[in-house]
Amino acid sequence: MLLRHTPKEINERSAVTINPAKTCQPIGAMYAALGIHGCLPHSHGSQGCCAYHRSALTRHYKEPVSAATSSFTEGSSVFGGQANLLQAINNIFTVYNPDVIAVHTTCLSETIGDDLNQIFDKARKEGTVPAGKTLVGASTPSYVGSHVTGFANMVKAMADLAEPTGKKNGKVNVIPGWVEPSDMEEIKRLAKLVGADITLFPDTSGVLNGPLSGEYHMFPQGGVTVAELKGCGDAIGTLALGDWCSADAARLLDTKHKVPCRILDMPYGLKATDRFIDALRIISGTVVPDEVSYERGQLVDLISDMHQYFYHKKVALFGDPDQLISMTEFLVSIDMCPVHIVTGTPGKRFERRIKELTKDSPFPVNVRAKGDLFLLHQWIKNEPVDLLIGNTYGKYIARDEDIPFIRWGFPILDRQGHQYFPTVGYKGGLRFLEKVLNALLDRQDRDAPEEKFELVY
Amino acid sequence: MATAKKKLVQWEPTDIKKELLKKYPAKVARKRAKQILINEALENTTPEITANVRTIPGIITMRGCTYAGCKGVIMGPTRDIVNLVHGPIGCSFYAWLTRRNQTDAGVDGENYMPYCFSTDMQDSDIIFGGEKKLAAAIQEVYDLFHPKAITIFATCPVGLIGDDIHTVARTMKEKLGDCNVFAFSCEGYKGVSQSAGHHIANNQVFTHMVGENNEPKEGEYKINLLGEYNIGGDGFEIDRILRKCGITTISTFSGNSTYDQFASAHMADLSCVMCHRSINYVADMMEIKFGIPWIKVNFIGAKSTAKSLRKIAEYFGEQKLIDRVEAVIAEEMPQVEAVRQDVLPRTTGKTAMLFVGGSRAHHYQDLFSEMGMKTLSAGYEFAHRDDYEGRHVIPHLKVDADSRNIEEIEVEADPKRYRPRKTEAELQALAAQGFTFKEYDGILPDMEAGTLVIDDLNQYEAEKLVELMQPDIFCAGIKEKFSIQKLGVPMKQLHSYDSGGPYAGFKGAVNFYREIDRLVNSKVWGYMKAPWQENPELSATYVWE
Repeated sequence: MLLRHTPKEINERSAVTINPAKTCQPIGAMYAALGIHGCLPHSHGSQGCCAYHRSALTRHYKEPVSAATSSFTEGSSVFGGQANLLQAINNIFTVYNPDVIAVHTTCLSETIGDDLNQIFDKARKEGTVPAGKTLVGASTPSYVGSHVTGFANMVKAMADLAEPTGKKNGKVNVIPGWVEPSDMEEIKRLAKLVGADITLFPDTSGVLNGPLSGEYHMFPQGGVTVAELKGCGDAIGTLALGDWCSADAARLLDTKHKVPCRILDMPYGLKATDRFIDALRIISGTVVPDEVSYERGQLVDLISDMHQYFYHKKVALFGDPDQLISMTEFLVSIDMCPVHIVTGTPGKRFERRIKELTKDSPFPVNVRAKGDLFLLHQWIKNEPVDLLIGNTYGKYIARDEDIPFIRWGFPILDRQGHQYFPTVGYKGGLRFLEKVLNALLDRQDRDAPEEKFELVY
Repeated sequence: MATAKKKLVQWEPTDIKKELLKKYPAKVARKRAKQILINEALENTTPEITANVRTIPGIITMRGCTYAGCKGVIMGPTRDIVNLVHGPIGCSFYAWLTRRNQTDAGVDGENYMPYCFSTDMQDSDIIFGGEKKLAAAIQEVYDLFHPKAITIFATCPVGLIGDDIHTVARTMKEKLGDCNVFAFSCEGYKGVSQSAGHHIANNQVFTHMVGENNEPKEGEYKINLLGEYNIGGDGFEIDRILRKCGITTISTFSGNSTYDQFASAHMADLSCVMCHRSINYVADMMEIKFGIPWIKVNFIGAKSTAKSLRKIAEYFGEQKLIDRVEAVIAEEMPQVEAVRQDVLPRTTGKTAMLFVGGSRAHHYQDLFSEMGMKTLSAGYEFAHRDDYEGRHVIPHLKVDADSRNIEEIEVEADPKRYRPRKTEAELQALAAQGFTFKEYDGILPDMEAGTLVIDDLNQYEAEKLVELMQPDIFCAGIKEKFSIQKLGVPMKQLHSYDSGGPYAGFKGAVNFYREIDRLVNSKVWGYMKAPWQENPELSATYVWE
């Protein structure tokens, strides 16, 4: 038993977090910044954070993840990191020549109170920012929220680049939230089918799923351009997918530049995808083509074909709030029963939303925002499940408790596919249900006595 | 944009150095010039490198921080101590199972390795201080697990807000009674790299654990294996070989280790140092306090393994052990040699580059040379001058302002327990045979003339080096792996071993030969261009016409 010290009996903890279901803000900001074309993320803190965040993202994507750091020393921690950041900006433009430097902070620079905008101004005045280059900054204190918060903060900083010309450009802003490059690709494909002209930001497709060609480009073809971000203020509207990840940026465009916004759920599963497509059609005044309805019908077909295997299966899932909300809805919609749901990210409204989605469940449902995997494991010990869904860290619980396990979320460190194949949209829904069926039916095949071993399911 | 093109000219090392520095702002170029060394024998002096200095902001370094060196590297691998990180969640999360220090939970089964503990500081803790929460977290951990020890690790904000973690630790230790609680002030901003964290860890382990258990230990030829972290099972393979030779390992610092190993380390009669950078402090302190001499060993490479075993046997000087060691080498080598002969035709003449933490960039050159491969360039992220140039430079090292606040602890001979392991006469006899204690010559003497030795290599230089010198394999870490492979150059991680290993000892050598053969001769490197990219001209006629 890998987690042999986890007792079944639950004592509430107030001080120690064990096996977190979250990590800290800056990695989210780094991921978001990689969705800007020609952008080098920069971590304003001591260099350990940057090394850890790059490593985690690289392990997840099996792709290069470039980011620079201010490399604070003890001196900068006492006197402030301005000198470090000014040097860094000069060195980055001289040596790496990105179009954009997107700076985020850490608990170190936040605790000492460095002011990014003031440092940016100084850099511009000193002439270290070449013409046509952009500095973006987001404050991402690690002791607030989680990696999701950091993502949202950087996306908001991206939205803040908007410079409305006063003339609407007929485009729709779509903020996809923290999804995979493959998911962003899928959202763009669906939008194209619907005939909506969208600006997707951030957009990591083509950045974190690139080819091997004998060439290395620190700044690949993909990513949303600064010009596109400036144009966000002229859009006819914004669709923010995911309250935690995307709402802040959308609301900023709404309040600051009068670009109306709708906050939707992330398009995982049937209903959330329906709402997204419908909203996209209405806002851009287009007609949804039969092709999209056909894809949707395929997903409904699979649900009906295999419904007996989904029906009333108990599921434990953990991850980030926006993703979990849509996934919970999807599971409920095919008569599966999410019974233990944990996110490490704070937010009481998460618990309310999950309770609402699972109110008709035949089983009692445990949900916790600011929970951890230690608690989730204890819940499972007390009320076993048929399936576990979550990031790679779930494999320890899955092995100990012998539960079929599907890797979904961030980070996935031990499998491939997330960067290439979507789980959003109808096509993503099909892929996800294929995974569910594989996990459940492999288990049935493994455990069936010889006389009950089936050829056909 | 970097591309690996066909080499047209044979670059001279001076040209390469010039090329690397060309792009930098003047100040940066001046600094980097001192950290890029062309390995050459100068008249009356060895070349001198600048190392262990602050990182250049914005340069895209490979380095991590003090906390990583302390918690992640040294303290992480011990299975029956709960490592509690005091800070926001990230530091604990990123060090959760990400270093592959394998662990055998043993008969007692006490193993906290798969767990990650954090006080998960919130903004209120930053504002009002986190001491109360830390004390409560220690209590909760104790109530849940009753571990032998709970260690506390400071992260960046802890030092800034002035949480007194050592007082909290002392108070809780008294309160709990049967649990050793102590803390590490390993804030990420201290020093200039992981290295400061090693030093801080060494100090606290020595102060709070070494010498706690005075029960005599069974076994012959008692050694400590220092600076071996059991990555990919390296330590298991070394243990296997040592056991086979009849050598008793009292403690390993700190791969697959337990609390009691630290507590009993002073019972050994020799300390063998693998990773000099991370553990030489403890090796020195054990000698001063308990009279245990230390020697440098290396179990990376079959030849080096044999040499290290012979050195241990020579130290103990008993014929029985000397014969046993020879018998083990004789038994192990044929299989190693068979695999070596198998791969040699496919690896001979190939070239390698190694840029790894503070130790492996040196040791792994032995494995490559066993395969007939040449090292063109190497360097460390965070080693000091003694790791490059040898320990003889230590008296001349100046501690600069960035590292001045890393504590040096004063150790004296233990009035009761100090016991020199060798008499003066024995020491002289060993010296006469050329046996050396406390000696490490560093990486430079083992590298060919004209090779480039580079400290704190960065992303730009890594790409440039590969582009100019086109090695057949490049060794570094996860952050470098995929940018190098995009260039079509095989890349081997020498931190995580790409989930492979062990690479230490005799079986490790076999694994490594096979792995490098697989990597440098993989078919995939021939697939980078599609047929229409290789021959874009339109064909003149259609075949079916």
